[in-house]
Amino acid sequence: MRGMKIKSAVHYVIFIAALFVVAGWSRPGNAASQKLVLTGASTIAPLAGELARRFESLHPGVRVDVQTGGSARGVYDSRKGTADIGMVSRSLKPEEQDLQAHTIAWDGIGIILHASNPVASLSRQQIIDLYSGKIINWNAVGGRDARVTVVNKAEGRSTLELFLTYAKLKNSDIKSHVVIGDNSQGIKTVAGNPNAIGYVSIGAAEYEAGHGVPIKLMPLDGVAATVANVRNGTFPLSRPLNLVTRTLPEGLALEFIEFARSGQVHDLVEAQYFVPVSVLLH
Amino acid sequence: MLWLLRGAAGIAASVVLLILLFLAVESWPALRQISAERFLADPSWNPGEGMYNLAPMLSGTLYAAGGALLLATPLGIASALFIAFYAPPHGASIYQHLVELLAGIPSVVYGFWGLTTLVPLINQLHPPGASLLAGILVLTLMILPTVALTAHAALLAVPADYLRGAAALGMSRWGMIQGIVLPSAKMGIVAGIILAAGRAIGETMAVLMVTGNVVQHAASLFNPIRTLAANIALEMPYAMGDHRAALFVSGLVLMLFVMALLGLAAWLGPNRDA
Repeated sequence: MRGMKIKSAVHYVIFIAALFVVAGWSRPGNAASQKLVLTGASTIAPLAGELARRFESLHPGVRVDVQTGGSARGVYDSRKGTADIGMVSRSLKPEEQDLQAHTIAWDGIGIILHASNPVASLSRQQIIDLYSGKIINWNAVGGRDARVTVVNKAEGRSTLELFLTYAKLKNSDIKSHVVIGDNSQGIKTVAGNPNAIGYVSIGAAEYEAGHGVPIKLMPLDGVAATVANVRNGTFPLSRPLNLVTRTLPEGLALEFIEFARSGQVHDLVEAQYFVPVSVLLH
Repeated sequence: MLWLLRGAAGIAASVVLLILLFLAVESWPALRQISAERFLADPSWNPGEGMYNLAPMLSGTLYAAGGALLLATPLGIASALFIAFYAPPHGASIYQHLVELLAGIPSVVYGFWGLTTLVPLINQLHPPGASLLAGILVLTLMILPTVALTAHAALLAVPADYLRGAAALGMSRWGMIQGIVLPSAKMGIVAGIILAAGRAIGETMAVLMVTGNVVQHAASLFNPIRTLAANIALEMPYAMGDHRAALFVSGLVLMLFVMALLGLAAWLGPNRDA
């Protein structure tokens, strides 16, 4: 009996070892095909995923691996060489000029309020005062008598950085009541709170608002927050969605970047509510 | 076979040790560059500006878990007593299944329900809605089945002889529960509560969705808070360098917290028969 058990244990071990061997053998086959790794901004990742799928279908034997982790990671990984291409959802900073940026689309960031909020427009100063806690009641900006709920983004998001630059604030100046992670959580939070103010990607907000979610996008500096105004370059809070590389891209990376900027993927870019590059006027 | 079992047990044990080691290694850069007291004394948590105060998140974690335990413990014990001693047999089994079902609901579902239903409700009471209170209520729902099911198991483990003895003495049902059942099931119930506390402290997604995640010491139930676990989930994908290491420090703190709790449970364990 005991002997039997030992035998079966030995079989088990052999089986596991065999699994490893088989897994090991299948490796070289994969290595022979080409692989492209993209990491970075969560804003770009869904688009990059779609681009990757189409790119793979056009180039059999190529695998494109897309991982998210924020713009900062896109910069970090492409610099270190862990990723072939980094995704960065903003312009490169002065200290990042060692990298090559290739804009594949544009995106705008819009202030959103609950659809029932009577406030129709906010000046830049009012937005700053709301976010820095100088205005705590909506009646100060012509709304109803109710406390403002300030929705801010979590540390490290490029949406946050872009908004901070626009509002000329430091993150520690912001008196937030809710801190959110991604766009959809922000939209849900504002949709569930009639007195909330938040900022999210215009594409995502326009899509949700069009599907009956009770939010509204506010004009910024008098310009309506629409994908159309991001496209014609008049909307003040817009950002390029960049693919970055450490050196001038070549080989597969170059092919992918050219593909991502070409007219044959405009339908994919527009499906994500971004603005394709070649259509942009500025 | 014995060797296989030993091997499996060894792997399980070494995984825990490896996780601890990994947390320590990853948080080492932060521990070396940022002195320990700064994690409690910095003006705020703003890793982008080099400030790393974990204290508000520690208090947030404790308030949320403590509040949930305060609510879930009496409710859980009451429902266990109800199933064991008061409910008609058929009703008891239905009720039991319902509690088990509650235990099986994924935490994201609780979070989603909290975000879309509970938070707007609290917002009408007192803005902003996303608050310590919402976190406590969602956590209560999540740990209630743990408390109720372990308490029920502890009640069932009370020797039937005790109950017969009590009946023979002519004690009332409540007298029997109060004088005999609860004291002899005490350790089992406490173990369940500690288990629930561990879950409450570590719960991430549901809490992240309803507590507002503002880093501050809560002054009232309606203030938003951020827990340690939520902090890691919220910032880890976007963190690098010292910021990332500081998040590993909060993971280490969380792990030590739960280990201390388990240690407490183990310390209470041997007194079981006393």
